[in-house]
Amino acid sequence: MVENVNPITPAEPTKLVLYVAGQTPKSVSAIENLERICAEHLPGRYRIEVVDLRKSPQLAREHNIIAIPTLVRELPTPIRKIIGDLSDSEKVLVHLKIGD
Amino acid sequence: MDSELALRKSKTGIEGFDELTLGGLPTGRPTLVCGSAGCGKTLFASTFLLNGARDYDEPGIFVTFEERPVDIVDNVASLGFAIEDLIAANKLHIEHIAIAPAELAEIGEYDLEGLFLRLELAVAEIGAKRIVLDTIETLFSSFQNPAILRAEIRRLFDWLKEHDLTAVITGERGDGTLTRQGLEEYVSDCVILLDHRVHNQISTRRLRVVKYRGSAHGTNEYPFLIDQEGFSVLPVSALGLNHKVFDSRIASGIADLDAMLANGGFHRGSSILVSGVAGSGKSSVAACFANAACARGERAIYFSFEESAAQTIRNMTSIGLDLGKWIDNGQLRYVAARPTFYSLEMHLAVMLREITRFRPDLVVLDPISAFIGLGERLEIQAMLLRMVDFLKTHGITAIFSHLMHSQDGATETDAGLSSLMDAWILLLNREVGGEFNRELYLLKARGMAHSNQVREFVMGNDGIHLVAPYIGGGRALTGSARTAEEARERRAEAERRIKADRITDAIEQRRRKVRAQIEALESDLAADEAELRRTAKLESDYLAQAQADQVAMEKSRRI
Repeated sequence: MVENVNPITPAEPTKLVLYVAGQTPKSVSAIENLERICAEHLPGRYRIEVVDLRKSPQLAREHNIIAIPTLVRELPTPIRKIIGDLSDSEKVLVHLKIGD
Repeated sequence: MDSELALRKSKTGIEGFDELTLGGLPTGRPTLVCGSAGCGKTLFASTFLLNGARDYDEPGIFVTFEERPVDIVDNVASLGFAIEDLIAANKLHIEHIAIAPAELAEIGEYDLEGLFLRLELAVAEIGAKRIVLDTIETLFSSFQNPAILRAEIRRLFDWLKEHDLTAVITGERGDGTLTRQGLEEYVSDCVILLDHRVHNQISTRRLRVVKYRGSAHGTNEYPFLIDQEGFSVLPVSALGLNHKVFDSRIASGIADLDAMLANGGFHRGSSILVSGVAGSGKSSVAACFANAACARGERAIYFSFEESAAQTIRNMTSIGLDLGKWIDNGQLRYVAARPTFYSLEMHLAVMLREITRFRPDLVVLDPISAFIGLGERLEIQAMLLRMVDFLKTHGITAIFSHLMHSQDGATETDAGLSSLMDAWILLLNREVGGEFNRELYLLKARGMAHSNQVREFVMGNDGIHLVAPYIGGGRALTGSARTAEEARERRAEAERRIKADRITDAIEQRRRKVRAQIEALESDLAADEAELRRTAKLESDYLAQAQADQVAMEKSRRI
């Protein structure tokens, strides 16, 4: 899969924002899953930002977040959203259009 | 759950609804407002929220899952709410929960903590006491895992209670259930059902309190209205017979009519039926009552189901009534509505609302027969009964006009109302000798001695007059028949008088003639008597002479 043609150009690293709420089991496993997937499939071409909405709930309003955890691919556009603890790597890759 | 002895309630500020629920919605609890599309759920919810923020110092959050905030602002602006001011004053917050399922993928376990965080933030920002969720069911089409959703919605309702928020949750009506997603399972405190039915092409909105835990409430279906003044529920409760009773009399505006009643005029607070065929003057009589009330300084409402205000004002000018003057100075309110504009129930409700707001002393319904066709006979009767009850309870005099199609068997109205009425003025229009004449008859006047006569009803430019009919020869006549009969009688009288004079003259003449004859005979008699006396004198003279002669002769013989 890694050998496949990557639609994302190196000049445009994947910017991923993961919204969580505190240290709940779902949040923790989402963070772990995301980091594992990115390390395996996008080495060096990703940026992960974890936002704890419990600390800054106004960001939930600003970015229209309802479900927790929510993963937002902000770059490249268009924006894509995945909700859930990202337990299925295959699906995550498909939806992030990584490793097509 | 915890049962409170005295249930706290939050006023919605919706006209009629707070009365119906004896104080409003349960404070700190969720209320489900459900109904089909377009039945006014969102309007109900926003009115509750905006009234709270504006009038009851209870800031509120409007959580919209469907409409954009800008649409909500527009929607309520038409009802006269300056929503921007409330938002600026931190009394209102609109939280838009927009979900585009197309760009969303679900992978693994999740919850709706984001929603909770946003609500918590909004509550904290403005110190919200009220909240509206419109409509939470949209979530079911946005998320694919119903098990998670149900658990989260249950958690949401618990959260609302924890935060002591008085909540209104709207839900779309499902097939055979109150809501599509069974929200009623979660809301056990208060459920309100809105309905929108079309019958005979006339739509009526109805509201019903399906459930209100721990509180008494009206259980009927109540019509409600959405108009430029917003949402109003119109409780049309059946009242007992605790009517106000007055001994005082009020003038009808027709002096001759008042004179037909002992002590003059009708009882205040009574219900008066004015029935008659087309063109018999029903509206004119009704307008006289209204005019008289205004002239006394009272207030009156004229509900017209056939004519517009301008039309009635113009027409009444012809009998010398200036209703325009009273409308201008606010003593008279003229409400014109086509019968088909509302359903029967809605008509009643709207009228009751007008009356409650205007507080008149006298009400005219012209004509009640316009309702026939809007419902069954029994429905109309029930509606009018409620109207009469309401007016009597408030001591308002009522004039009902009723168009009859036939004058035969005129003692029964189509709507079967006669028994509800205290007084019944029957107007007739009868053809006699090639002309129609209006007549008025007081068919009934409870508790008042009244004339049993049929009066001729004459409308002139100085008002309505009742002319006593020609009574004589065992019949009563009206119109030109009356005039002709009176003229004929005058002529006969004159003739009779001339005849009598002639006879008197003739007798007098004869008498003078006889007297003349008597005088002639008497003078003859006197002549005869004179003659007789002269004859007697001659005789006695002769006898005396004869005697004297004899004496003289005897004397001479002796010698």
